[in-house]
Formats: sequence, C-alpha cells, structure tokens
Amino acid sequence: MIRLEPRPQSSALWTYASPMLAIVITIALGILIFMALDKDPARALQMFFWEPLKSKYAVGEIMIKATPLLLIALGLSVCFRSNVWNIGAEGQFVIGAVCAGSVALMADKSTGLWIVPALMLAGVLGGMFWAGITALLRDRFNANEILVSLMLVYVATMVLSFLVHGPLKDPGGFNFPQSKTFEAITRIPRLMSGSRANIGVPIALICAVLLWIYLFRTRAGFAQQVGGLAPAAARYAGFSSRRALWVALLISGGAAGLAGALEVAGPIGQLTPYVPAGYGFAAIIVAFVGRLHPVGMVLSAVLMSMFYIGGELAQSRMGLPRSITGVFQGLLLFCLLACDTLVTYRLRWIRKGAG
Amino acid sequence: MTQQTAGLTPPRLELQGITKRYPSVVANDQVCLEVLPGQAHAVLGENGAGKSTLMKIIYGTVAPDQGQVRFNGQAVQIRNPHQARALGISMVFQHFSLFDTLTVAENVWLGLDKSLSLDEVRRRIEAKAGQYGLDIAPDRPVHTLGVGEMQRVEIIRALLTDPQLLILDEPTSVLTPQAVERLFAVLRQLVSQGCSLLYISHKLHEIRALCSACTVLRGGRVTGVCDPREESNASLSRMMIGAEPPALTIKPRQAGPVVLAVDALSLPKSEPFGVDLEHIALEVRSGEVLGIAGVSGNGQRELMWALSGEDTRSPAKGRLRLQGQDINGLGPTGRRRLGLQFVPEERLGRGAVPSMSLAHNLLLTRSESLGPGGWIRTGALASQARGLIERFRVKAGGPHAPAQSLSGGNLQKFIVGREIEAEPKLLIVSQPTWGVDVGAAAQIRGEILALRERGCAVLVVSEELDELFEICDRLHVMAKGRLSPSIDRAQATVEQIGEWMSGLWPDAAMREVAHDQA
Repeated sequence: MIRLEPRPQSSALWTYASPMLAIVITIALGILIFMALDKDPARALQMFFWEPLKSKYAVGEIMIKATPLLLIALGLSVCFRSNVWNIGAEGQFVIGAVCAGSVALMADKSTGLWIVPALMLAGVLGGMFWAGITALLRDRFNANEILVSLMLVYVATMVLSFLVHGPLKDPGGFNFPQSKTFEAITRIPRLMSGSRANIGVPIALICAVLLWIYLFRTRAGFAQQVGGLAPAAARYAGFSSRRALWVALLISGGAAGLAGALEVAGPIGQLTPYVPAGYGFAAIIVAFVGRLHPVGMVLSAVLMSMFYIGGELAQSRMGLPRSITGVFQGLLLFCLLACDTLVTYRLRWIRKGAG
Repeated sequence: MTQQTAGLTPPRLELQGITKRYPSVVANDQVCLEVLPGQAHAVLGENGAGKSTLMKIIYGTVAPDQGQVRFNGQAVQIRNPHQARALGISMVFQHFSLFDTLTVAENVWLGLDKSLSLDEVRRRIEAKAGQYGLDIAPDRPVHTLGVGEMQRVEIIRALLTDPQLLILDEPTSVLTPQAVERLFAVLRQLVSQGCSLLYISHKLHEIRALCSACTVLRGGRVTGVCDPREESNASLSRMMIGAEPPALTIKPRQAGPVVLAVDALSLPKSEPFGVDLEHIALEVRSGEVLGIAGVSGNGQRELMWALSGEDTRSPAKGRLRLQGQDINGLGPTGRRRLGLQFVPEERLGRGAVPSMSLAHNLLLTRSESLGPGGWIRTGALASQARGLIERFRVKAGGPHAPAQSLSGGNLQKFIVGREIEAEPKLLIVSQPTWGVDVGAAAQIRGEILALRERGCAVLVVSEELDELFEICDRLHVMAKGRLSPSIDRAQATVEQIGEWMSGLWPDAAMREVAHDQA
C-alpha cells in the first residue's frame, strides 16, 4: 500500500524535479495515445522532439512561437506570485495586437523605422489598458478577476472581429475579413536571413532578466510577492494590496500586449480574425511548468513551442488531428499538478496490515 | 498502584506505551497514563510537549503508532470521535467549533443523534443547564455570546452525551479569573458524580486547585506522575521544563515624557464579528512598560490594528499622537519611520511570511539593507539576519532558513528581536509569549525590560496576567471594546483585575463625564 505523508518542509529537490517528471509522464501518456491511434509512436515523437530542431529554419520557428509564450508567461508570473489570477492574457494579447496593428496601418511608403517602436509601444499600452479594466473592476467593485479577465478575452476577440469586418477591412481585399497587409517598413526586424526569428527573441530574453532582477533584487518585487504569499504580513508591513493588484495586472497586460504587437507585426503581417492562437492560455501552463521563475519559464516556453510545432507537423505528415497540441498541453499541466503533490508530500510504501 | 486498583474497579482510562511519530518529531514516546473513575487528572506540559497529540489519540482523531488504550478495563481501538463518544468520552476543545449564525440549540443539535427534534434538544439543554447551574439561553444566536458563554455551550454539548470521561484542553485561556471559578464549580460537581476529567493546562495554580492527580509531559515523554496538591509551583515546573524559570528583576525607574497618547479613540468594527472600540484613552511614557490585560476578543485586535496603522480608516484628528505628532492617516511604514515598531500576535502569516527566509522576513519592517531605489543588498541582508540570530539566540538553520522551519518560540524571538533591534521609541507587543516555551518566554520578557531600561516606551497586550504582573509598570484592562483606567502594578491585585476583565471598573462612568468636561 502506498501512503501519502506530509513532509515537514517542502522539498527543494522536488520543486525542480516535479516538472521533469511531469514531462516524462506526459511523453509516456503521449506514446500510449499514438499507439491507440495506430500511429507509430517513434515517428510521432520524432515530429515533436527532433524535427523542430533539425534545421536553422526549424529552430527559428521554435523561437518565433516561444517568444509570445515567454513574454506572456513572464507577465503572468508576476500576477500569480502576487495572488492575482489573471486568466485573460489572451484578451490582452489580442488588444495589444489590435493597437499595434492600427499603428502599423498608419504607415505609408515614406514612414521611417520609428514605426516599429511606436507600434510595440501601442501594443504594450493596449494590453495594459485591457488588463487595467480587470484591475479597476476588482479594485472598485471587488469583482472576481478570474471571471472578469476571462470574459474580457471574448470581448477582445469580438472587438478584433468587428474591426476586421468593418473599419479596418482592406478595401481591395475581396471582402475578406482582414486588414491591408502592413507596409514592409513596419515588420519587426529579423535576426538573420533564412529564419523568421526576429528581435522579439532578444526582447523576451531581456524581459526575463529584468523580471528576475525585479522579483529577487528589489524591494518592490519583494513587496509584490509578500502580498501573494501572506496578505496579512503585507498589511502588517504596510505594503498596499491595491498597488500590488494594479502593478501585477499592468505588468502582465503590458507583456501580453507586447507579445501581441510582435506577433501581428512579425509573422502575421496583417490583422485577421486568426490573431488569437491560444498563446495567452498556453502561457499559463508555461508559467507553472517554469515554476514562475524567469529561467524556468524560458525552458518551458521552448518546450511548449515544440508541442505547437510538433502538433502541426504531426497533422500535416501523419494525419493526426490538430487538437493533438491541445491534448499535450493539457496533459502536461495535469501531470505537473499531480507531480507537485510530491513537493509537499512524500510517498511511503507500507506493508498491508501495518497501518 | 495498578495492582491496588485492579482488584477493585479498573481504571476509567489506561494508556500503555503510546507512541506517535511525526516526520520531524516524536510527539508521544512510550506515554503511560491512568485515570481513575471520578478523578480529576491533569496533564501538564509546555507547548509542544505532546499533550494535544495524546488527547487526539484518546479522542480518536489521531491513530497511535504503538501502544494500547484501555477504557474501563477493556482494550479498545478508538478510530474516530464518533466511536469515542459512543464509549463515553467527550472533549471540549480549546478552539470552539460553533457556527456563529446558528442558535445555541441548533449548534448542539448538529452534534447529536439526528432522530431528536429541535424542541427535545432545547428541553435537554435546559435540563442539563439547570442541573449544573450553567446559565445559557438555547435560542440565542452564537455570535451574540461572549467567549465564556460559548464555552458553556461546548460544555453542555459534551455533557449531553453523559460522558464518563471529559477531556478539557486549556479551557481557561479564554476566561476571567472569576469565570474560571464558576467553571471549576461545575467540574467539581461532575467529578463528585463519578465522571473522570482529563484537564490539560500549563497553569500550575489551576491544576493544584482542581486536580488530584497529574501526569507531566516533557518532549513527548512522561517526566512525572504526582498529586499536584502536594507539590509546589517550583517542583511542578521543574518536572515540566527541567528547570525553574529565571526570576526577572524590574528596576524602579522614573517614567519619562509621553511617547504615545491615545485620546478618546472610537472606531466602529470593520468586520461582522469584530468589536467596536469606544473611547479608548491611554498614554505610554518613555522608560515604562504599560500592560493591557483582558480576555482576547474584547477589542485588543482592533486596537492593535488602529495603533499599528493596519486599520487604514482614520479616526478623528489628533486621536493618536506619537511624540506629540499626529499619526492619523499614516500607514505602518510611516509610523515605523517615526519610531513605532510592532510585534503582532500571529507569528506565521502576519509577523513573518512562512515560506520566505529569515533574511527576507527582515525586509517586512527593516530597510537597513536596502540600497538606492529599493535595491536589496543580499550580502548585507544575510549578515543582518545572522547578527540578529546570534544576538537573540535564535535556533535556526541560518539566515536562509524559511520562517516556517523554526519552532514557535524561536520564530517569536526572531520577530521580537527584529523589532527591538530597530531601537524604537515605542514598541507595541501583542501576546509576546503565546505558545512560546518557558525559556524563550523568559528571554523575551527580559529583552522587553532591557528595552525599558534604555528609555523606550513599551505597550504590551497579553492574556497572561502573571506575565503582565511580571513586567509592567502600569496596567489597563480591556473589556467589550472599552479600556479601564490605569492602575499601578504595585497596587493591583489579580482579583481586582479579574473583576475589571468583565467590564466592571468603578469609575468608568465618572471618567467619561470628566473627560467630556475637559
């Protein structure tokens, strides 16, 4: 018989081992699923873990997908560490994309390179504004931020849909619900030829470093986390819970908005109803698998990005349904939550009859 | 003794070799205990000695790893409280398990056989209450009751099962000295009718007043079995802690200028079951320790929130002055800047963040290790924590040990040390030694007195009258959200303070009149 026993102290080893174990279990379950679907598991795993690393172009694709995931997850980690449950990063991402796209559409043949920072700033502000609505409703009316931020995702999607069906629709676009293709000058500069990876990658990595400094080397970041870990201690110390709420939501909204800007002016290049690709939700998993730690989240963003690309490859080359990516994401979060039990509990094998 | 009684009637309860191990500690180590029918048996021990675990084993909420339990001579395995009650074992917990929004009768009904009607329960409550002279109204909602009354509800609930063994866990910690006497009268009546008592406490004089046998626990082991009536406080405390606590000396000292002045502070409660503060007036002078006595839940928490700045509502202008300066509207940080440091009663979760390191917990109230812009200088922070650990003899794994890894006493030493080391002008300490072992308690009281020597003004709120009499120059009593006039410690007696604890101080009304005229 196996018994769960509380540990006297949470285990430092399992804090880091738990995500590893979760990945292993996820892969094992994945193999079973492939077998049940009559697909060769070895080939399927190759799609997920080898094909995406095979070429410079493929690695660039991983980076392209990992960038928004990482940026959003970095922001969310501030929220989650502050006990603010922002589930609506997807909406903040969309509004960031809308604002950045609107700025990009202002460009013409004579526009200078300043348009790129301008549209990124617009994205940040848009995301902050959208998250700020949640903060305001929570602050003034004590509305639940989980529900408000989540529902605002659907509102954001509708805003985007309205714009591409109406005011921003390309007049010469045969009535397709999409905007004009952005001018070339607005495109986020690429890092190198032969790959679609752009300067979003170093921007995200710099953000990770800045977040690390903020969380672990400044009193403001410390105060933010105390509010999440022990609200009474924060009140005792004199750290404002309202400030923590606003800071958390504005940072995460800004990060998600920036991700939206980089996405819409990078790989997409126009506003379409397909801007929301689920990055905002997948980033929640990235944040937790990465233990809400900047370094951990860099690694988990890469992993999650491989799932995305692997899923696409498995779809095109093996005829697996597209939802396989979602299955893997869900499995990973599920396994992680289960494995996290081991951080605070340990397993004891005891012979029957003894207990 | 076992041979003697075995011939007559078997002991009501007999524990043999009870052992319970937890991952980090052996809570009970080969504990033996024998309670005779109609005997009031005390279990004495410090916090963490294993008393509560032992009682949970008897009441069936915890299973022992080893050992045997016999009830009336029969070997039994008590798997849950339901079974314990069926055997005739009842327990009154230290923390009440009552629903605030239900009436007394409804609360009692919840714990009883569901076949009874509410009317029948009400009749039974009244019958039991009459039998033992317990004053209780079955139809009052629980939230309108005082703590003493709530405890009566718990006791009635226990008595309705007609127990043969009643376990009481620290029942007097919420009672005034007079209420303790009333409780003891009920308990003595129970004992005279043949019910056995297991009475858990660390208060020696109560045990000697009530019990005829005593088992002393220290570190999970039995360190003595005795008749407490034949022992002295000193001998009992030697069994309990292995040594007598060092005596404190309090040097007479002329109090200096007023540091904290609270003038007719009134604040309505901010939570449904809180207490309204009414016309609180007090002054704390430099170089004196002012004590506030009273049973918890009479407004102490609310007063502390108002003084620390955690209650962000401002009372009227000028109600709170620190060294003559109006501190109204200042938050905890602003008040700290003016020299007010505060030790709250909850250590984990308020005084310290459980999962954070001791070093980081310094940052809650101290800013010496911060650079410009709030940059945390980690080296300086760690050495600051190390210095504090050394100076206040905190047993900890170092500056990076998480706060939750420390024992209650050591964490309290760290928190008190953190506030004292800031060399405040005014130190406010709430329940300085709650759940703290005797050695640490003596050290903390010593540190408070040393701070007084250095000219700091100290305000201590405590439930332990002995403690207040030990370290205070003057005393106030808090009852029902109001504060008594102050009295010099030298002139105060336990009886008088006890009376005041029920809100009955003589010149309360006169004082208010005088105040309005002034």
